[in-house]
Amino acid sequence: MRYSPAAGIGWAISRCAGLGKKYGLEWWILVAGAIIILAIVSMALFAGSIAPFSPHDQDTGPQLAPPGGEHLMGTDNLQRDVWSRIVHGSRTILRVAVLAAIISSVLGITLGLISGFSGGFFDRVLSLVMDSVYSFPGLILAIAFAAMLGPGVINITLSVAVIYIPTYFRLVRGQTLSIKEELYVEAAKAIGASGSTILWQYIFPNVIATTVVVFSLNVADAIMIEAALTYLGLGLPPSIVDWGMDLSMGKKFLPSGQWWLITFPGAMISLLAVGFTMLGEGLAEILNPRLLER
Amino acid sequence: MKNLARYIIARLLLTIPMVFILLSIVFVVLRIMPGDPVSSMLGGHAPESVIELKKEELGLNRPIALQYLDYLWQICRLDLGDSMVFKQRVTKAIAEKIPATIELTICGILITLFLGVFLGAYAADRRGMVQDYVIRLYGIVVYCIPVFWMGLMLQLIFGIWLDMLPIAGRTGPRVFASTFEKTGLYVLDSILVRDFSALGDVLIHLVLPAFTLGLVLSGIFVRLTRANMLDVLKADYITAAEARGIRHRKIVYKHALKNAFIPILTMMGLQIALLMAGAVLTETTFSWPGMGRLLLERIYLRDYPTIQGVIIMIALIVAMASLIVDIIYAIVDPRVRY
Repeated sequence: MRYSPAAGIGWAISRCAGLGKKYGLEWWILVAGAIIILAIVSMALFAGSIAPFSPHDQDTGPQLAPPGGEHLMGTDNLQRDVWSRIVHGSRTILRVAVLAAIISSVLGITLGLISGFSGGFFDRVLSLVMDSVYSFPGLILAIAFAAMLGPGVINITLSVAVIYIPTYFRLVRGQTLSIKEELYVEAAKAIGASGSTILWQYIFPNVIATTVVVFSLNVADAIMIEAALTYLGLGLPPSIVDWGMDLSMGKKFLPSGQWWLITFPGAMISLLAVGFTMLGEGLAEILNPRLLER
Repeated sequence: MKNLARYIIARLLLTIPMVFILLSIVFVVLRIMPGDPVSSMLGGHAPESVIELKKEELGLNRPIALQYLDYLWQICRLDLGDSMVFKQRVTKAIAEKIPATIELTICGILITLFLGVFLGAYAADRRGMVQDYVIRLYGIVVYCIPVFWMGLMLQLIFGIWLDMLPIAGRTGPRVFASTFEKTGLYVLDSILVRDFSALGDVLIHLVLPAFTLGLVLSGIFVRLTRANMLDVLKADYITAAEARGIRHRKIVYKHALKNAFIPILTMMGLQIALLMAGAVLTETTFSWPGMGRLLLERIYLRDYPTIQGVIIMIALIVAMASLIVDIIYAIVDPRVRY
């Protein structure tokens, strides 16, 4: 059969609806989240062609013009187009949040696996450190790290990543401890599998599934921490376009009533976080209904 | 009760390594940081010799390991030291700011509990209906709104457009500071001296910051309450109560909610960290003179002792709050044994 895009879309929609019947509301939460993420990711990818102006162009029109006409979301005090800055700003926040979640998941999962599997003194010390960091307000720790590292995209990514390592560590360590006692691990040991084989081929595949959900919720959280750091003026140099920084600049014009400078960047931060939260919640309900209650 | 006392002591002892680890991380992180308190205190143009002299005086030129051991010894004597930038004891700086943070967080958590528990219970009662979906969506969306943006939008709507509520500070200019000398908790102080115009002023300044903090955190409690209520509503004693003909509303909001509240209480202990982080952002948005603002101001100034002091205090507050929640848990639910 010849491929036609319309038939492809039709198939995808009917497939979606079918799964929707099977899983109910949770499936639609997942789809809604995925659509929001997809929209913002494509905004980031095609920023150059979507944005009508350059985000740094200081001569796009009148100063502090309200939304409407040529400027969909108005202009700021430096005559820059707010919509163009929103479009380009999506790149920064997505890059930082996703990269931070990847770094902390890789470190947290690896340490959790090794710690849970090997046990002993190493495990006890590491668990104590991780528990201490976990119980402390993450944002405040990230503030300290961001202040230490100074402004920069890599630095803010690391500051955000640090605070989520314990989340993965605790989850993976706990699961490793229980899987270690399973019969199939026992069997693998009996036929002479080495420690690293058991760890990576028997335990790791069983642990990874639950971390997918946590990853998605983690990105949502990282988005808000990134925005908070840049809002506080700690994360990025002023040459980079970012929603949090636009928000803190717009804050100065709140008393004089220029609402568009704070409304749009903040709404985008929330929307992106909502997207990842919905994706995570939907996945959680479908993959493992009891996960989020822990 | 003897077991409970033992549990409390064990928990208190456990906070020591936690504070120690956090303190060590922060100590090292601060010393690696570019910039130092002396340069930010004297400005960028001070001559090299003056900076060196001052650094020597503050002991910043000694090996980090020695500074660290000294600081630990100081902490063991329950002394947080002096600020390196201002002539001020760190304990005094924190004592001045801590009531503002406590007042804000207590009001915030009350709003959160009230909204979250009520909406969650209502959603569980109407499971699968439109109200349920709307409340669950509210839970997700409200949790994803950054605290500071929520604050800014409330400022815009209620402070600027409707011009109903003040958007910054703890009091208006006409209220005199002498009213607030007893505890530093302005609500309590103004009640103690029976200054009700001051009380009104204080309360009106509290509304927006407290709601900002309370609304954002209520999302978690909506979900928790709903999940726990769903479990409880399935229990046999609920069916029994229905069979005895007790009014449905009374069953849901009295019988069921009481039992669902216990797991909610344990989760509350875990949310204290989130509450403190939210407070830092709320304080900066509303110019609220609490610990969060103190921390940020001193981070820009590289005032090491004060930053360390604030971090220790926040860690202690989090630990104490979760301990108190655990104790309440043991008292409320006699089945719990430690």
